[in-house]
Amino acid sequence: MSLLRLLFEPGFFSSAPVHTAVVIGAVTAVVSAVVGVFTVVRSQSFAGHALTDIATTGGSGAVYFGISPLAGFIGGGVAGGGAMDLIGVQRVRSRDLATGIVLGAATGLAALFLYLDATQSATTGVTQQILFGSIFTVSSSTIPAVVFFSAAVLLVIGAIYRPLLLSSVSPELASVRGVGLRVVGLLFMLALAVAVGLSSIAIGSILSTALLIGPAATALRLTRSIRGAMVVACLLGIATTWLGILLAYDSDYWDPSSQGLPVSFFIVAIAFLLYLLSGLAGVRRHVGRRDGDIPAREACGLGDDTTAKAVA
Amino acid sequence: MFAGFMVNAWEIATIVAVVAGIVGFFVVLRGSAFPAHAIPNGAFAGAAGANLIGINPLVGLGAFALLAALGIGTLGRRGRRDVVTALALVLMLAIGAAFLSQSTEYEPEIFSLLFGEILGVSSGEILPVAILGLACVIAVGVLYRRLLLTSIIPEIAAAKGLQPHRVELAFLIVLACATTMTVPVVGALLIFTLMIGPPAAARCFTNRPGLALIISVAIALVTVWAAIACSFETNWPVGFYVGTYSAAGYGVGRAYAAWERRRGAQLGNKAR
Repeated sequence: MSLLRLLFEPGFFSSAPVHTAVVIGAVTAVVSAVVGVFTVVRSQSFAGHALTDIATTGGSGAVYFGISPLAGFIGGGVAGGGAMDLIGVQRVRSRDLATGIVLGAATGLAALFLYLDATQSATTGVTQQILFGSIFTVSSSTIPAVVFFSAAVLLVIGAIYRPLLLSSVSPELASVRGVGLRVVGLLFMLALAVAVGLSSIAIGSILSTALLIGPAATALRLTRSIRGAMVVACLLGIATTWLGILLAYDSDYWDPSSQGLPVSFFIVAIAFLLYLLSGLAGVRRHVGRRDGDIPAREACGLGDDTTAKAVA
Repeated sequence: MFAGFMVNAWEIATIVAVVAGIVGFFVVLRGSAFPAHAIPNGAFAGAAGANLIGINPLVGLGAFALLAALGIGTLGRRGRRDVVTALALVLMLAIGAAFLSQSTEYEPEIFSLLFGEILGVSSGEILPVAILGLACVIAVGVLYRRLLLTSIIPEIAAAKGLQPHRVELAFLIVLACATTMTVPVVGALLIFTLMIGPPAAARCFTNRPGLALIISVAIALVTVWAAIACSFETNWPVGFYVGTYSAAGYGVGRAYAAWERRRGAQLGNKAR
């Protein structure tokens, strides 16, 4: 009992913000993990991160135009994802650039919206709220919308699972077999944009990227199949989120004289540590090349048998 | 528009544009847009930390930028580079959030670190920025051939005994240096935009690296000058104009490249 009290500071289980955080955290962790595995395999981490900033632009625009922030975040993300696809995020050569150009334009717009927000209304704290977010400040009324869009993202991924898998691990093979690379790529970008927009508004842009990339990259180092990686990534994502919430809640009690540390700090620190540890855990057999464009199979430890299975 | 306080803005903008145009050219060539975004954004955590313990924010900024460059450079050798960059970035941002939660930092401070306040530059800030900028340009000059070889024809670079990861690390450090000098004056977001848009546009106009470098600097200069002028007239943030004009510049570049291709094809048809 005393050990339990040591772990969980008083009021942890009865606090309403904690309940909301635990639910929202778990839902976004699962969606991020599933989408994240494909994001990492397709080397689109930059796009995955940039979309949080672009969704944020949508969010600050929504504040200015007085529409729902959720619509702003998701609309901004989808518009950004579409623009990246248009410039050529699917091609290896221009992937980095397409993301960078769209991100640059979007942050410029964000500067304008935040400036206009600040001059028009006395909404103090908007900048910090939009940029950093906090899982503890999510209102419980957001939960239904988050669950709805999460289900939509998972459905899309489920519907295009096979062609997506094939085009991710072996684009050449996929095009030979007549998979519409362009359509699959675009659908994935849009699913990624919605997932990222959702998690940015629910848990903040820092955590959005952390939960998208961290657990997925860790899981891909530990498992040998995409399906296995997804399961492991989901579990890691949920565990990381919940542990982070617990530590952040407890940290308010560690030192009575100072404020507790933000939940994003703990979740990111745990995710980063897990990634480093998974590197030590002996996945030495896949020492990656230095350059960015590692063939997906090699990089995530997928042998040819997996590709073969995906084809079959 | 050219009153006393504005002169500082024009001068600093010119220095920043030249450095961004040169360093950015290699950012685009090497596909390093993600590190170029991660290093300045992550370095802001260092400024927050320096504020917390009461030292010069520039020191914190420089330390974190360097740390980020070294971290991405070394960890990226073993893992996938984009994954490592993403995780390094969020780790630094999270540390920054932790610093901010412990201090009584108020909002405009964050806003100015991210978006910069180029119109509020004091004349004392110009010299250090100029010196660091010159150091970056000299470093790029020294590394020029190595950077080109390892990015364009890695096979020849390897045959010549160049170690790509060392060149990469050196380049990331140059990037960190360029970041430290520019973030306090123009903001983390703006410097990224300047390092991507103009060089990407320049590459649409020519394949020759030397010429592209010059065009890149020229476009960067026009972009910031136009942005400052418009910002002065309308009072809207400089970052907005830099972002919009950079994207527009790239759009023009792509249109030119497409037109050039079509013209080339037509000439080919006529010859036949």
